[in-house]
This record gives sequence, structure tokens and C-alpha cells, in this order.
Amino acid sequence: MKLIFEKSQKGRTGILPGESDIKESFELDSSLMRSEPLDLCELSELDVVRHFTNLSKKNFGVDDNFYSLGSCTMKYNPKVTELIASCGGFANIHPLMPQLRGGGILTQGALGVLYEMDLMLREIAGMDAFTLQPLAGAHGELTGMMIMAAYHKKQGNHKTHVLVPDSAHGTNPASAAIAGYDVKVVPGNEDGVMDLDAFREMVNEETAGVMLTCPNTLGIFNPHIKEICDIIHSVDGLAYYDGANLNAITGRARPGDFGFDIVHFNLHKTFATPHGGGGPGSGPVGVVEKLTKFLPISVVVKRNDGTYAVEYDREDSIGYIAPFYGNFGIILRAYVYILMLGAKGLRRVSENAVVNANYIKSRLEEYYDFPYKGLCKHECVLSASRQAKNGVHAIDIAKALIDRGFHPPTIYFPTTVPEAMMIEPTETESKETIDAFIDAMIDIAKQAETNPESFKAMPKTTPVSRLDETKAAKVLDLACTGCE
Amino acid sequence: MVPQGLYYTDQHEWIKIEDGVGTVGITDHAQQQLGEVTFVELPENGPVDANAELAVLESSKAASDVYAPMAGEVIEVNEALESQPELVNQQCYTDGWICKIKLSDPDAVSNLMDAAAYEAFITNE
Repeated sequence: MKLIFEKSQKGRTGILPGESDIKESFELDSSLMRSEPLDLCELSELDVVRHFTNLSKKNFGVDDNFYSLGSCTMKYNPKVTELIASCGGFANIHPLMPQLRGGGILTQGALGVLYEMDLMLREIAGMDAFTLQPLAGAHGELTGMMIMAAYHKKQGNHKTHVLVPDSAHGTNPASAAIAGYDVKVVPGNEDGVMDLDAFREMVNEETAGVMLTCPNTLGIFNPHIKEICDIIHSVDGLAYYDGANLNAITGRARPGDFGFDIVHFNLHKTFATPHGGGGPGSGPVGVVEKLTKFLPISVVVKRNDGTYAVEYDREDSIGYIAPFYGNFGIILRAYVYILMLGAKGLRRVSENAVVNANYIKSRLEEYYDFPYKGLCKHECVLSASRQAKNGVHAIDIAKALIDRGFHPPTIYFPTTVPEAMMIEPTETESKETIDAFIDAMIDIAKQAETNPESFKAMPKTTPVSRLDETKAAKVLDLACTGCE
Repeated sequence: MVPQGLYYTDQHEWIKIEDGVGTVGITDHAQQQLGEVTFVELPENGPVDANAELAVLESSKAASDVYAPMAGEVIEVNEALESQPELVNQQCYTDGWICKIKLSDPDAVSNLMDAAAYEAFITNE
């Protein structure tokens, strides 16, 4: 299908502008003029509607069918949150308003959302204060690591490195490195979690902290979590909780109770806000009491008279990390989601997410290798190495799933599992849908034995079949110069 | 088939030693696991310790470190990989070599596996 710019016809327009009512002609100073005309596409409204409707038909999302990438990409977004977020009082408000004289009183509703969201996240995390500013999960990590660095500086600690397990998300070591720390990788053990003895040996006076995702990317909860936090605290290090997998424990366990000092949550994962094509995400960061003074500005406070205000005067703050108040529209959707579900609802979310993942694991165990035995949390990781012996790799199974109407799961991650397929069903899927997915996976496993050659032509049902997986990485064309 | 005459690490690098200079690359097993290599971050000339990070291979699946099988000084890198990273996949034991190291202790090769030992290693892995 053609790009919208390729459909452009000079002079075509979607509206009839009225006569200009400015009678006098005047010339703009040439320094204010563009040197060349703006390259906009010229189309009728119907051209535009058809273009995007047809594009959307080629897309596959959670609104189409089962989407086994799970919260790792995005959960189902309840439509009511969209409805609330589109209300004019929220959608049309200008972010400068609270800072203008007399503007605060006109934005009490929005400031109240931010204030109460902070309180609710504290309760869910077991933390003493939150900043809602970070604009994504990795931004939250960086904010957290900057807070960690600010704490050690204030304490006069000489800290040089941060420990991360080998199963960590790639953003963890990146965030620690940008905050100025060396990164040391702690190996995992045969149970799939960070090895406690290796960790104990690597911790010394120069250890700034540890970054952990729990449950980790294999969907396994580290049983030594309390001990890990105690060990890191013994050298005045800090424990950082990466909330990427919070969906597994929401309402049932709190990182603050494990002993963590800093956490970040991904609102776009756990609290079901939309995010695609790189944003907008939201990665609020919570901290324990001794770290609250380092939180970024601004901070929404409640005055004695019950009104809300934005505060900037924080001496030890790490400063500005984002414009205004974070991705307000996203925070608002998550706020609605939490209020709609309540404490009981959130507990059922994590319960169903975990039950669904274990159901998939137990039904597929006969057909695929699962490198780690026992119960998992909200996601399960299988290895297609049995099928790979017949020449059918994880990527071939992914393509086969597409032809059966399902979005493939994450593949080749975590890298510690060969031929990895990481399946996260989330809580929203019915048993019928999950069974249909499992039946497709079983059917694929059988086909991998009887007819491995057939996979090479898959997918057959998509507008294009096998894409060149590496061309975009090798031949960068960000300006679309080859699109003539 | 694992070629004879080379030495292998448990991180799936190979080294071929001629006149005290070791040519380093990754094994066929390693390139299969990586998938198509899209970018090679080559080392700079200079000293390197055994098991130190030498290069980074980016593929469609992951970015992976390549470690120095033996200590010495990097004296030459395979610049062809800058424009043709796929050589690491296509000819991993020949044109896909990564760099040459002037070895500080050629006898340290005794710490590495020969072809038969490496073949057994990947079969059991």
C-alpha cells in the first residue's frame, strides 16, 4: 500500500476555507518565513479516512485477538479510561495553568488526580512517596538510579558499582551506567533466580545497590528477596525494584515490605494504559522515607485548607527530569483503572494473571521444554529447542502462530534460555481464548515433527510473508529518502 | 563440523595461532545461536587481558560480547566486518575473523579446548 505522501495531489483539500477577512495586505519579515514550502500531503478527508482505515486493517492488536506479548508490551486497556481521559476538563487543560497566578484554583481536579495517584501507588508499593514525572519505565529506572547516586553523595559514600542479575532487562544496566556506575552482572542459579552466594560474594563497601525485577523475566519469584535486601543494606547500599513484572503480585505483596528502597512501576503495563510506537509511557518512582527529599520537582502538595498546589522548593531534589508533571493523560487513565478495580479487584488481576500463565505452562509441558520446573508467576518461558532439532526454531513457531490468528509471544528473550518463547497471557483472557491458543501451540508442535519443511513458507495470511529481519538495522533510512 | 587445528573457549570463541599471533573469531555454534549479525563493534589496537571483553556482536536477537581467548596485544582488526557483518555468519572460521592478537604467552593455549573437546562441549551444553 502507498504512503500517504505518495497519494498527495497538488491543490486537493479536505475543507473549503472561507474568504480572508483581513483586508490589508502585509508582508512578513523574511527572517520569519520558511525558506522552502512545508512538505504537507494534500488530500481530501475521505482519502485520509480510507488511508488510515486500511492501515488499521493490516494491524494486529489486543483488540483483535489474544496477544501473548502480555503486559510486557501492553495489557488490554478498558475503554472507560479513554472516556474519562477525553473529558474536556482533563483533555483541554494547559500544563502551565497551575503555575499561573490564579491558575491553581482552576486546576484543582487535575492536581487532585496527581496527589491521590501518589497516595494510591504508595499503598500498592509499600513506599513513602512517589514522583509521577518519569515518562517511561526506563526513564523511571534512570530517575531511581539518580536518586541512588544523590543519596550516596549526600552520605559521603564512595560507591563505584551496581549489581544486576544476568536475567535483568537490558535497560537496568544501561540506567545504572548513565547514572555513573559500573555494572557487575550476578549469575543466575539452576532455579532461574539470582544466585545468593555469588551475590553475597560480589557485594562490598563500594556496592551502590542492586537492581532486581521480581518476579524476574523467567516469571520466577526470588525466594531470597528479603535476604538480598538485608545484604545490600549491610553496606549502606540501596535495593532497587524494577516493577516491570508487578502484574504478578499487585495487591498481594509489596516491594516495600520485601525491603526495597526505590521502585518504579510501569503504568502502561500493570495499570493498563495505552502505549504503542514508543510512547507515551509512564514510570512513576517510589522511595522510602530517607530518600523522599531527593525526588524530582515539581511535587504536588495538599495545603492546610485542602487545596492542591505545585511545589518546586526542594533543596536536595535531583531536579527536573521531565517537563511539567509527567504524562498526565496516562497517569489519569491509570488512576481511573485503580479506582475502578479497588483493592479487591487489583488482587484478582494478579491472581488471574498468574493462574492463566500456569495453566498454559501445565498444558504445554508435554509438547515443549520448560527449562525451569514448578509454578511460575504471570509469565512462563518455554524453549523450542526440542523443535529446533527438526529445524523449526522459535521464530518459525512465531510465524505459525500468526497464521493461526494469534500474536506471537516475545521470542529469544530472556537470552539465558535457548530458543526462548516468553508467554504472558495477562488476566483479561477467557479460558476459551487461552485454550484456543494452547491448542494452536500443540498443533504447531505436532506439525514441527511431521512436516518441519512447511514452516519455511509461513506466515501465509499476512500482507507480506517473511520480512528481512535485519535490513532495517543494517540500512538505516530514518528520513525515508528511499521512498520516492 | 568443528575445524581441527584451532582452539576454543567455553564462550564459543576460536583462536588460530601462527608465529605467536592468534586470529580470533566466533564458532559456527555461536553464530547459529546469535542469528544474523547486523553490526560488529571491533576492538581497538592495544593490550587485552584473557577473558576481557573484546568486541560486541549485534544480531536481530541480542547484543553479545566476544571475549579474548588469550592475553596479548590487538594488532589488527577485520575492517571488512564494518560493511559486511554477515561474514561472521557466512564464513565464521575464515573471512569472518574478528581480530589478531600478538600473544603475550602462547603457552596459555593449554587452557583452551581442542576441536574434539569443544565438539563434546557443545554436544553436552
